[in-house]
Amino acid sequence: MNFPVLSAITFTPMVAALIILMMPSHRRNETRAVALASATFALLLSLWVYFSYDQSLGGYQFVEKYNWLPALGISLHFGVDGMSAPLVLLTGVVMFTGVLISWGDEDPHVKAGIQDRPREFFAFLFLLAGGVFGVFVSLDLFMLFFFYEIAVFPMYLLIAIWGWVVTREYAAMKLTLYLFVGSVVSLVGVLVMYWTQYKNTGILSFDMLVMENAGFSQALQIAWFLPVFLGFAVLGGIWPFHNWSPDGHVAAPTAVSMFHAGVLMKLGAFAALRVGIMLLPEGAKYWSWLIMTFAGIAVVYGAYIAFVQTDMKYMIGFSSVSHMGLVMLGLSTLNRDGLTGAGVQMFSHGVMTALFFAVTGMIYDRAHTRMIPELGGMMKIMPFAGVGFIIGGLVSMGMPGFSGFVAEFPIFMGVWQKQWLVAVIASISIVITAAYIMTNIRKVFFAELPEKLHGHVGDITVLDKIAIVTLCILMIGLGLFPGLMVPMVQTGVENILRLLGGA
Amino acid sequence: MFTSTTFLSILPEVLILVLAVLIFIVEPFWKAEGRRNVGWLTAGGLLAAIIVSLLFGQPGEPTATFGGMIRFDWLGFFFKLLFMFAGAATALLFMDNEKIGQRGEAYLLLLASLLGMDLMAVSADLVMLYLAIETTSIPLYVLSGFMLADKKSTEAGFKYLLFGALASAFMLYGFSLVFGFAGTTNLYQLVEMFKAESLPLTTAFGVLALILVGLGFKVSIVPFHFWAPDVYEGAPTPVSGFLSTASKAAGFAVLVRLFFVAFPEFAASWTLTLAILSAITMTVGNLLTLQQTNIKRLLAYSSVAHAGYAMIGVVALSQLGVTSVIFYLAAYILTNLLAFGVVMAFSRVTGVDEIRDFSGLSRRNPWLALMMLAAFLSLAGMPPFGGFVAKVFVFTAGVQAGYVWLVFVGIINSIIGVYYYLNVMKFVYLYRMPNEDEENHPVPLTRPYLITLTVLALGVILIGTVFAPWFGWSDAAALTLF
Repeated sequence: MNFPVLSAITFTPMVAALIILMMPSHRRNETRAVALASATFALLLSLWVYFSYDQSLGGYQFVEKYNWLPALGISLHFGVDGMSAPLVLLTGVVMFTGVLISWGDEDPHVKAGIQDRPREFFAFLFLLAGGVFGVFVSLDLFMLFFFYEIAVFPMYLLIAIWGWVVTREYAAMKLTLYLFVGSVVSLVGVLVMYWTQYKNTGILSFDMLVMENAGFSQALQIAWFLPVFLGFAVLGGIWPFHNWSPDGHVAAPTAVSMFHAGVLMKLGAFAALRVGIMLLPEGAKYWSWLIMTFAGIAVVYGAYIAFVQTDMKYMIGFSSVSHMGLVMLGLSTLNRDGLTGAGVQMFSHGVMTALFFAVTGMIYDRAHTRMIPELGGMMKIMPFAGVGFIIGGLVSMGMPGFSGFVAEFPIFMGVWQKQWLVAVIASISIVITAAYIMTNIRKVFFAELPEKLHGHVGDITVLDKIAIVTLCILMIGLGLFPGLMVPMVQTGVENILRLLGGA
Repeated sequence: MFTSTTFLSILPEVLILVLAVLIFIVEPFWKAEGRRNVGWLTAGGLLAAIIVSLLFGQPGEPTATFGGMIRFDWLGFFFKLLFMFAGAATALLFMDNEKIGQRGEAYLLLLASLLGMDLMAVSADLVMLYLAIETTSIPLYVLSGFMLADKKSTEAGFKYLLFGALASAFMLYGFSLVFGFAGTTNLYQLVEMFKAESLPLTTAFGVLALILVGLGFKVSIVPFHFWAPDVYEGAPTPVSGFLSTASKAAGFAVLVRLFFVAFPEFAASWTLTLAILSAITMTVGNLLTLQQTNIKRLLAYSSVAHAGYAMIGVVALSQLGVTSVIFYLAAYILTNLLAFGVVMAFSRVTGVDEIRDFSGLSRRNPWLALMMLAAFLSLAGMPPFGGFVAKVFVFTAGVQAGYVWLVFVGIINSIIGVYYYLNVMKFVYLYRMPNEDEENHPVPLTRPYLITLTVLALGVILIGTVFAPWFGWSDAAALTLF
């Protein structure tokens, strides 16, 4: 297999961004068509990677390595394992659906999607997507940071320019600063690891596969695990540092919210796992109780705050904090069940929350409000969106037959083995989640349509429907056939357990 | 005595001189309205000089020429190429600036100062060094005050002259003391003569402090930065761009050579002082940048902060450290020239340079806005632009030397930087002109701007993505010091 598929995936969006920038700004539909075409291409590539990943072999596959700066041991080293392959697929899916729902409707009464400067919007969005792909496939720490930052800064522009007028400037700056602080703190930790490795082994390399054998002392691991792990986990929305996330979700335009909650937060959790847990396993064991505490608080607290929100987007934003808390909880168990659950939950939550934000965006574009008390009767107007939201809700509650169950059940099993009390407390969140999702569905979709909304709220477009169907198929498919993903994630988990010393 | 190496060691300077003479002869024959074309000639000549130097003038083993006055090595050579590139870009940016573009002497002064910079990079003797620094500075004083009718410009020129004269007097006094103690002015012999054991540490400290005042002024580190904002704001914008990039880099070229070649024994005891200076420079520079409302002053203060980041590499006191400084300077020269170029292109059309005047730029000229985005993100240290890689290298060197606290200071400062750079981009991309009719207020680019800005923007991206060759050159340059 000589085709460099991972580079192709990573650089397709970036090249597309350049092409889109070159197009004249008034050719709006052509711009969108190019965006959709390249998103489809990236989706097909990621599907191909996912399905041709050989589960029986495990380990890193589709490996490409180009020496970029041998003097410092920087290389362009790409590869996916069972942990990252689902996330690459997730990015492809969210990118594809994000473009679909951003196409929108030029009708001035509807004004859905992105109508202001779509050229710049898609260019920045694709730069972001390229960065995200890059992080998921990079096996070199320098390149990981490189792509990580590329994924962060377009967020600022996307939110500040196309976001919700009321909070966009504040939210965009807050988000960027939070994420930048987190990533540079991790960077210092990584540089310390880099030089310690040189002292221990005489090898100068940012390659993570090399660094696994650097023989970091326990003291170093314990000292630097928290900065490195938490620095990345900020982007994963871990509890005391989650504050940027709901604000960011709310202020962002729909497609960016999808990206943000669906993919970017996974970026944080994934990098925290890759760099924090896999390279500093002793530190991870030492601090796992703290991470578990943080995550446990996030799960319950996030759900509870979501319950009292009246703004749909804030509700989903805090539910993301809660669900990402589950991912962190799974990571903190450091055992087979918990890690597997975390891996699947990253995918499941990504699809689910992308769907939630997509539907919320569709409602807001047409009803011009997101306040739950002001909405109602959407089921009659946009049945497709309604059904989609209900399926997403069932996933969110962890209903069997949907992907949420496949993900959350192993997480709770893993936590139980470690500390049953945390599992009991965290499971409260399921009840609260069910409560706020059901309330929301009843009010927004089934209650009487308010007077104010009579007449001027229309159905969603065909492209929106395609996006919803795509996302729903994934959630139900994974729920009915867990075998499509769980064994794959398990091969990745085996590798992590090996680094943890078979714990 | 006069061998081909001797000639080759000053080949770029000779070419610059030839170019200057050529301009001197040709310029009076040009009609007044076509006189801006001298810019094409200057830039083209400098590019030709770069190519010729690269083809014939590459240094081999480091050698001393002109009786030890000049050191012919990669460190000097790489900096020379950078300066000439910056000079070429500046000449192009001069062209459509109404106040200076039509005047042939501006280009001559630019070349004269460039000549001085090239010599600064290769001087191996205190006397030569002082001459080179003055050759660089005096034309720059004139250029800063070039717009005689403009009060701010005159003030800038005068202020720069006064501060510059003061700082250079300090430095000269330091040099004379060094000569008094060591009995030689040659940098490479000072190592032998200026021994730690033969000299009380406090005396040596005092002498080096005097020299540091002069160099600190050139690279504008705190507390010798006071001139920078006023001069940058008042001087013609292309001159500010040149001052903040090439002139600063020249100061760094001297700084690393002086500390690593002439005073290596003291360098080790100096690092803590330099580290503290670096931390203060970054912090003060950034905190003062936060409250600026004028884009040129913002860039001026931020350039103070950038001197602080680059100092981390000097503090690291290692080959990687020097490599990272040189890399940082290369990236910074491209980036800051781009930033000043964009500001120039904008205020040439609009006549204003407050940050809020940039509102709606992304609708008035999307390409200019994109280039500004590239420049500012690179300054903020974001990939895929040069600033990111440069910063990571400097931090890497800092951590290697065990200065984790300094790197943390650098990081906190980068975050402040991200804040104010993005704040400017908010005006460019988010805010609109008061009456929202950007369509009727385009910001057209003339050809020299288009060429320069495009080349610089591509350069900023190139240095940030394909960084191996740049690193290789910087490393070759740093190697000559160890």
